[in-house]
Parts: sequence; structure tokens; C-alpha cells
Amino acid sequence: MHSFGYRANSLLTFAVTILAFMCAIVSFSFSNQTPSAQIQILNINWFQKQPHGNDEVSLTLNITADLQSLFTWNTKQVFAFVAAEYKTSKNSLNQVSLWDAIIPEKEHAKFWIQISNKYRFIDQGYNLRRKDFNLTLHWHVMPKTGKMFADKIVMSGYSLPDAYR
Amino acid sequence: MMGWIGETVDSIKSIKIRQLLTQAVTLGMIVTSALIIWKAMMCVTGTESPVVVVLSGSMEPAFQRGDILFLRMTKDPIRTGEIVVFKIDGRDIPIVHRVIEVHERKTTGKVDVLTKGDNNDVDDIGLYADGQMWLHRHHIMGRAVGFLPYVGWVTIIMTEKPIIKYLLIGAMGLLVITSKD
Repeated sequence: MHSFGYRANSLLTFAVTILAFMCAIVSFSFSNQTPSAQIQILNINWFQKQPHGNDEVSLTLNITADLQSLFTWNTKQVFAFVAAEYKTSKNSLNQVSLWDAIIPEKEHAKFWIQISNKYRFIDQGYNLRRKDFNLTLHWHVMPKTGKMFADKIVMSGYSLPDAYR
Repeated sequence: MMGWIGETVDSIKSIKIRQLLTQAVTLGMIVTSALIIWKAMMCVTGTESPVVVVLSGSMEPAFQRGDILFLRMTKDPIRTGEIVVFKIDGRDIPIVHRVIEVHERKTTGKVDVLTKGDNNDVDDIGLYADGQMWLHRHHIMGRAVGFLPYVGWVTIIMTEKPIIKYLLIGAMGLLVITSKD
């Protein structure tokens, strides 16, 4: 009952349990989060109906964001991405990711970037002419340990041209 | 004299058997409790695999090989940005990647989903079955909601070097048999 082995076993079990408990508790600490973002469409590079019948558009985006308030001591990285959201007659919701980035440190979380879409913006069909859509900036905070959480900012009021170009 | 020897032999025999039986029942209880906990986790999280081990580097630096992911599956619709675990028809290994495209049908509510590993250059079309362009809800086993680093290495080592598994089980069996508690 009082052997070294028994004591070592109890101690180890207790230590591991406490460690697991602490890792779990960490998920409940929240800080004041005030992220902000703005996206501008600088240019419609081209807008075509592809041979397989689906519309595709290429855009140049100007993305400004400040995600520094999302970083805590427990943050390993923040994954940020911009998606276009729109409705069509066939689909009640379409979400197409246009750009993403991994932000490993707080210093890199305040940024301004001008790029054309990293991923192709292709519709299921040819519904994109004169289409109104939202651009959403999502962020996914990935911790060193524990619960991940995600949120987004929705910016509306964007639209595509009437005709292909 | 013979009676006394007979008695002693009998009592020795019966102690051993009782002790052995008790240990066997204890072992059985431990295994059954573990199974009960696992099944309960499946109920609570809504998915067949409440916990998975990350096997590849396609989601680095967030998830490294050997990390453990906690999964949940709810009836909520699948949306971009979610990290999902899915299986391709005909393949055993679950894949943990992020949803980058969603098209939800107005009439049926069914979704077409495209995924990609954060650390990969291209989306997962190459991973899907021949001719498959999208994932559907039934391919998706759960969403990743939390994670623990490094703990999964135990599983990886035991899968890749099965001799360690046998050594461990042998050692545990030996401990159970020789312990007097």
C-alpha cells in the first residue's frame, strides 16, 4: 500500500489528470475581441462562360484587416479567408472561398493586401451575370491546446457585371 | 495426517482459483468500462469517431502529425471554414481538411462540398473517388472542435511498430497476474 510503485502511480495519475483539466479550462478564457476588416473589388479581370457551361470570374481584391485582438497566449495561429456568398435559382446558398492566409503571429495580423483570387470563382451553372453577392472575411483561431473558435464579418453590396468580358 | 494434507492442498488450490477469477473479472470490468465510455462519447458527440489522430502534414502548422482532434457532428449545415473529417468511399483512412466551397440545393437541402488542406497547394479533387467532384453530407463524419498536441503519437507508434503494442500488452498482462492487490 505504501510502496514506491504505488505512490509513483498515484502521483502520475494525479498530475496527468490536473494537466488534462488545465488544458480543457484554457478553452474558457476569452479576451476582448474587436477585429475589423474592409474589402474592395478593384477590378473584374475577366468574366467568361467556360466550355463546360459554368460561369467563371476573376477579381482583384483589396483586403484590409486588423485581427490583432484575436491573439492570446494560447493562440497558435489564426486562419483567415475571404469567401463570396450568393444565391441562385438552383442553390439556396453558394459559398466560394477566394483567398486564405495563415497568420502565425500577432504582428502579422494587421495587414493590407492586393491580390487576385487565389481560388477559382466558378459557379454551378451560368448565373453570375448581374449577380449580387456578399464578401465575408472569416477567421478561425487555432489554439495551442483546447477549443477552436471561428467567426466572420459579412460585407454586402458587391455585384458582378451584366455581361461577360 | 492424510486428511490434513488433503485439506491444505485443497485450501491452497481454492485460494489461487478465487484470486485468478477475481483478477479476470476486474480486468473484464476495466475493459468494459473503457468500452462504455467510448460508446457514450459517440452518443454525446454524434459521430462514430469522437477522437482522431492527425496522420499527415496537410493542415500544418495548425495540426501536426501526432495531434489529437476532438470531433462533433451536429445537424447544422456545412459551411466554408469548418474543419471536417471525411472518408472517401472505398478508403479506410479519414482525412481532416477545411471546407472551401459549399453549394446548397434549395429544394433538397443537399450540399456539394469541396475541401482542401491548409498546407496543400491544390484542393482535394485529386483525393476524391474517380469522377467524384464534390463531397456530400454522408461522407462527413464530424467537425473538429478542439485539439490536444502530441498525445496521438502513442497510437501512431503502436500502428507503425506493432511490436511495441505486443510488448505493452504483454507487460500489462504480467503486471495483472503478478499483482497481489
